[in-house]
Amino acid sequence: MKILVPVKRVIDYNVKVRVKTDGSGVDLTNIKMSMNPFDEIALEEAIRIKEAGKAEEIIAVSVGPSQAQETLRTALAMGADRAILVEATDSVNQDIEPLDVAKILHAIVLSEGTDLILCGKQAIDNDMNATAQMLSALMGCSQATFASKIELAGEKVTVTREVDGGLQVVSVTLPSVVSVDLRLNEPRYASLPNIMKAKRKPLEQRIPADFKVAIKNRLEIIETNEPPERQAGIKVSSVDELIEKLKNDAGVI
Amino acid sequence: MTVLVIADIINDELSSDQIGKTIAAVSELGEITVLCACKNAGTPAGKAAKFDGVKKVLAVSDEVFANGIAESFSSLIVDLAKDFDYIVSAATAHGKNILPRVAALLDVMVITDISKVISNDTFERPIYAGNALQVVKSKDSKKIISIRTANFESVSQNNDAPVENYTCKKMTISSFWVEDKIQENDRPELTSAKVVVSGGRGVGSEENFEIIEKLATKLGAAVGASRAAVDSGFAPNDWQVGQTGKVVAPELYIAVGISGAIQHLAGMKDSKVIVAINKDEEAPIFQVADYGLVGDLFSIVPDLEEKL
Repeated sequence: MKILVPVKRVIDYNVKVRVKTDGSGVDLTNIKMSMNPFDEIALEEAIRIKEAGKAEEIIAVSVGPSQAQETLRTALAMGADRAILVEATDSVNQDIEPLDVAKILHAIVLSEGTDLILCGKQAIDNDMNATAQMLSALMGCSQATFASKIELAGEKVTVTREVDGGLQVVSVTLPSVVSVDLRLNEPRYASLPNIMKAKRKPLEQRIPADFKVAIKNRLEIIETNEPPERQAGIKVSSVDELIEKLKNDAGVI
Repeated sequence: MTVLVIADIINDELSSDQIGKTIAAVSELGEITVLCACKNAGTPAGKAAKFDGVKKVLAVSDEVFANGIAESFSSLIVDLAKDFDYIVSAATAHGKNILPRVAALLDVMVITDISKVISNDTFERPIYAGNALQVVKSKDSKKIISIRTANFESVSQNNDAPVENYTCKKMTISSFWVEDKIQENDRPELTSAKVVVSGGRGVGSEENFEIIEKLATKLGAAVGASRAAVDSGFAPNDWQVGQTGKVVAPELYIAVGISGAIQHLAGMKDSKVIVAINKDEEAPIFQVADYGLVGDLFSIVPDLEEKL
């Protein structure tokens, strides 16, 4: 079995996001970029499945600017066997919408014949949480979102999902798209020898037209603003003072 | 214009809080039909009909809708879609699971987790864990939207809209429900509670979380946790408040032993009153707290519980 793992290049999650004052977006100049953390978890899971002898090959795919090559090299260093870069924009400021990404991934799934697609549940830049579900819809196959446990047995995958109020266990038949949540695993760091080896692993470069997809944003971004700041309040010195303030000033207890 | 609102129903029980706030968010967009699909839709449909602004409720009773399986719901919604300009749900686990699937089937781009309706085609949504607010205008003829319900006040329930039964066509599904592991307790639901008490890494262990739970019990509050506390195994993931967990906006939010990482603030900064209890007086949580108390949580929290 082949596993496909889509990965996205996003602002590193430790970096403080700065909104440009002219409302045109978030400042990405000279900012550290990394693999979307949820995608790292998806890739880690794929590697563990392969290590358990249940998959033969892991293909990492990124749809974005040419700089996404770096993200794919990281994926190869972690343990993906090969990578496909679909260069869909020449601007690092243009976000490719999940619907177009899903269409491109769908075409790749068909040509590669992958039965299991492991995705991060959302990208931490646009927080859209949509690509996995959209890909599954286009494939007309089962989906299991927000996975915190994945067990493979033949044509069946048992997935424990993080839902409101607790967990839900579902069993899906392959082919399937599974999106992963935080607690699934702890992704490994790429070792130096593996980083060196990754440079020799195949990285294929494609464009959306190869898959008969025209990138066409449906959502026009009008402006991007800083959220309103909350003012800091006061420090109280004791529990009694806190209770007094909550009762008399705030009136919430 | 016509709006189809997908109700959140778990075990044949309507989530009144979610539906009330979702209706409030979209009431200006057009005539509202609520879809109640579950095993036995009679009772939840009757409840949904009470919400102000609802024109009609569609009740669909079928075993295939018993457990929120995305394939069943998306197939049903796509069948109904031609009559609606907007298809909307709360951005709950259920809404997030089904709406993008519906959107792709209809070749529409989904707009998730919106915090404001600006006009009939323009919406505001938080991005980068709430560190920026983006205004987007949809060019699709049909709009498929999920709502960040914490940003809205529920509509009242003085209505008596007609309920219509709808029979869905047979469908083939390749996902099967195995079991739900839902925590049973008497606490209010995290996203709709008036008071939330949350613990962070400072609480130190799963056993110590008991003091957070005791304080919550005293206040009739829901219990929350920071991602750090969840990652450390002190609290279950469905307690998580933050961008990767739940977004809450209660009347009173008490953060105990929580430093105030950006990702946590994104989930609670719209709370009306925020109290922070932390031993580190430099902790960023104090920058958003209305009332801060610096000190040892293990003496403050039991003291607070006793004196309330």
